[in-house]
Amino acid sequence: MKKLINRPEDVVREELEGIALAHSDRVKVSLDPYYVMRKDAPVRGKVAVVSGGGSGHEPMHGGFVGRGMLDAACPGEVFTSPTPDQILAATKAVSGGAGVLHIVKNYTGDILNFEMAAELAKEDGIQVEAVVTNDDVAVQDSLYTAGRRGVGITVLAEKVCGAAAEAGRPLGEVAALCSKVNASGRSMGMALTSCTVPAAGKPTFELGEDEMEIGIGIHGEPGRERRRLATADEIVEVLASTIVDDLPFKSGDRVLAFVNGMGGTPLIELYVVYRALDRFLRGRGIAIERNLVGSYITSLEMAGTSITLLRLDDELLGLWDAPVNTPGLRWGA
Amino acid sequence: MGVGYPECVSFVRGFAEAVAANREYLTQLDAEIGDADHGINMDRGMRAVLPKVEALTDQDISGLFRTVAMALISTVGGASGPLYGTVFLQLSSSLKGESEIELSGWAEAVLAAVSAVRARGKAEPGDKTMVDALLPAGEALREAAAEGATLSEGLARGTEAARQGMEATIPLLARRGRASYLGERSQGHQDPGATSSWLLMQAAEAAFAKGN
Repeated sequence: MKKLINRPEDVVREELEGIALAHSDRVKVSLDPYYVMRKDAPVRGKVAVVSGGGSGHEPMHGGFVGRGMLDAACPGEVFTSPTPDQILAATKAVSGGAGVLHIVKNYTGDILNFEMAAELAKEDGIQVEAVVTNDDVAVQDSLYTAGRRGVGITVLAEKVCGAAAEAGRPLGEVAALCSKVNASGRSMGMALTSCTVPAAGKPTFELGEDEMEIGIGIHGEPGRERRRLATADEIVEVLASTIVDDLPFKSGDRVLAFVNGMGGTPLIELYVVYRALDRFLRGRGIAIERNLVGSYITSLEMAGTSITLLRLDDELLGLWDAPVNTPGLRWGA
Repeated sequence: MGVGYPECVSFVRGFAEAVAANREYLTQLDAEIGDADHGINMDRGMRAVLPKVEALTDQDISGLFRTVAMALISTVGGASGPLYGTVFLQLSSSLKGESEIELSGWAEAVLAAVSAVRARGKAEPGDKTMVDALLPAGEALREAAAEGATLSEGLARGTEAARQGMEATIPLLARRGRASYLGERSQGHQDPGATSSWLLMQAAEAAFAKGN
């Protein structure tokens, strides 16, 4: 294992110390328990938006804390959900009296820990609504699985909900917007390489030089199927057609196209992917109104990409364009 | 004759040792169908449990298990934290006020813990989860108690049922947790949660049988 770390057990704490030093203008960091919060939180009378999940997906979620996006983020250990005491402490720290929205990705661990935290917060008199994201079309959704994973749409939901909260919308509306973004978006990812959890010391799975894994999540877990390596255009065709057919996105739809890097893929390749995606969507009569290209929800050093499409309307467009000032996303501010 | 507080402490210590010794094994099983952290997380949790247990002074079995539960919930994360936390929390409630545990009482406490885990994780038997090791173990313990088996005999039957339940998860299709994302690719792999649950039953047997 070659990593720029000191000791595996210190990675998360030292990362948080680094974030605190680098971004003290916008965020405050608690090291016991771990969470990142907006410097000016709690904001009186504003709905607070809290998310969290395992570490290793940076900049999600800690990098999205700041004006116009998250009020707090709770990082767990690498690829491990945060614990209820952590989520509770963050929820209390940012609660401004107008309620708190928990944005939770659909993983069994995240759900269980956020559920326990919400129960505890309610006992403390804080109104909590939780919305679960589950946009990954690679997973069959059925009563007999844990359901679809929450992936790329989470980033977009955090931006939209943060903007709505900033605009003074009440908790019920911010939560409904989160559900709307989740229901209007779909994602799918693929990997060219595996990744190594620092504490494990070796790659989670092995992939041959001429192989790729289609339908991966964001935790180095194997995907749905292994295939022979293909060109960027062919890969985009597989991912985009599965996404478009699932919602389904239709001719005439306006979308936000999010091409995400898994952590180890250079921007030069992501733009090759974006080019193919643009061509594909034009062919289907779907108009890209906004885009986001870069590594925003990652899986450590995994090479690969995920594509997320979000169907836009004027309301979502306005909230997407609203000012945001976080270490990971910044415009208009 | 039943087991008391010292045996319960040995059980907790023994489980911590077993998890530490099988840290890589559990993590490897999880890498095959999950996200490669089960051994790492359980080991971190049980390491955090030990000093809290050493600091206890009032020799209360229920309090001991509650301490274990709270430490696991606040350090493990993932699904295992709340689920193993739930196991120990339910053991604590079931054994409230008890200073000695008989085979029948242990069987009922284990079965109550399985029910609590099923409620929290929404898992059914056969979903390829820890329930598949714990439920047969609880049932074997109850059956042994009903047949008037000795404590050590009953515990051995419980552990053996957990082992068989764990091995029976290999061909199963995962329906809960991260392994369910793999669909048919989850078949042919032993469930890591069922494996750590077998270690739990084994630790209880070793500590409780030795105490008698």
